[in-house]
Amino acid sequence: MKRTVPLLITGIVGTVLIVSVLIPPAQSLGEDFSLFFDIIAVFAFFLGGGNLFRIHLKKVFHRKEDYGFSIVTLVGFLVTLTIGLFKIGNPEGISGSITAAGSGLQTIFVSIITPLSSTMYALLAFYVASASYRAFRAKNREATILLVSAFVILLGRTPLGMMLTGWIPEQFSIFQIPNLAVWIMNSANLAGQRSILIGVGLGVVAMSLRLILGMDRTYLGSDK
Amino acid sequence: MSGIGVYISLFLIFGGLVTILVYSIKGRDVDRRIIFAFVFFATATAIYYNIEFKETPTTIVKNVFDRLESLPEGSKVLISFDFDPAMKPEVFPMANAFVRHSLVKKHKLYLMSLWPQGQALMTETIEDVIKVEFPEVVYGEDYVMLGYKAGNEGVLNVIITNFRKMYPSDAHNTNIDSIPLFDDVKSAADMDIIFPIGGGKPGPKEWILFVGDPGQVPMAPGLAAVVAPLIYPYYPRQVIGLLGGVKGAAEYESVLRSKYPRFQDVPAPALSMMGPQTLAHIVILSFIVIGNITFFMKRKKANA
Repeated sequence: MKRTVPLLITGIVGTVLIVSVLIPPAQSLGEDFSLFFDIIAVFAFFLGGGNLFRIHLKKVFHRKEDYGFSIVTLVGFLVTLTIGLFKIGNPEGISGSITAAGSGLQTIFVSIITPLSSTMYALLAFYVASASYRAFRAKNREATILLVSAFVILLGRTPLGMMLTGWIPEQFSIFQIPNLAVWIMNSANLAGQRSILIGVGLGVVAMSLRLILGMDRTYLGSDK
Repeated sequence: MSGIGVYISLFLIFGGLVTILVYSIKGRDVDRRIIFAFVFFATATAIYYNIEFKETPTTIVKNVFDRLESLPEGSKVLISFDFDPAMKPEVFPMANAFVRHSLVKKHKLYLMSLWPQGQALMTETIEDVIKVEFPEVVYGEDYVMLGYKAGNEGVLNVIITNFRKMYPSDAHNTNIDSIPLFDDVKSAADMDIIFPIGGGKPGPKEWILFVGDPGQVPMAPGLAAVVAPLIYPYYPRQVIGLLGGVKGAAEYESVLRSKYPRFQDVPAPALSMMGPQTLAHIVILSFIVIGNITFFMKRKKANA
């Protein structure tokens, strides 16, 4: 029973969604199932929030290593949740937009979340520079092709590329670095990406069929 | 770009790079902290002195601009804010540029998001761009904020045939049927152009697969630079053009400024970011060269 029910649900939902695409009168079935997904997603929020709360509370309770960070997480979670749920400071009131200008949630977002997230993302620039120094080395033919491509793309993504090669006559404009960068993206990259996409697409079809027909049961926690 | 400070800073940065280059000929590796310091000084110099460069729009960006430009007044434009604050510096300028261009052309704007953080960013656009630069536009008649909806691809799967089923109300909890903008809109297929902006999942790729292609809606994604290569296979049939990273956004801002002088004085963050990006790229390129010199010198010594 524990295995049959999930297998049946997967099979029925998968079949209905395929049928809804192939047979137009059944289209609304696909829409309804998508709405069911929306409802299930709401429960996922509860589960996710509950799980986060449980794990960090346990960590604080048992005074585990770095439990101070868990306190910050829990306080941040509870404060944001309370402000968001009750729309504290919302000029539009309880029925207004949750992100109304000046509301508590929007203030948290603009003043805390945005600068913190942007800072974390900006740190990538430093690691990219360090990694490029170590990784882009012409050790063999393949690495040299990668190195040259990276060089052209990096230059092509800045006005410097045009400054350096803008003098090349119009009839040979393909050799201007920004155009070379576009060529790499539009030809070499495109060919590679398309072949990967087609391969992935075929793989998804095969995998979906295995799931719908119950041949692949790994998502149930076991292959048997 | 003016002032003695700029030249002194640039001289120090490039002088330092040349010194390291000479140092690398001896086959010595560069400590990562030195690389970090150079990246820091290069970006800081460009930000402090507001170093800007002239941008020339590429065809792939110009295609997007020209399509929006050629649409008749009152066309329906949907912008999806599918990104979070981490991606904001890169793609938010695109969203604001699309909003400016759409409103100056008197198109109708529909704003939505598949990411929870997107709605707050949408509010920023409304407060800082729409209300400030276009005080004459009316909510519900010229633009609408549909807000965030959970469900990822499921949302797109529904709105391609029926908007009301997924969005019975807007972000302000107003019934969608009482919003004039939805009088002649049944589904996302009724849009004249869609700008999905983002770089994650769900994002532009899902928009192409679930809305653009099946609904035959012209689509022009705005993308974080790292995902732009993944969307190129859809150009030019499924997407009419695309904006990739800060560079794409800067090109769009540049062409928007040259076509509409009223935007000369409004902030153009992508154009401003191209200075730091250019200097950072030069530093990275220099270190790649230095790294290769060190590598070959070491190999030469080992073979000797």
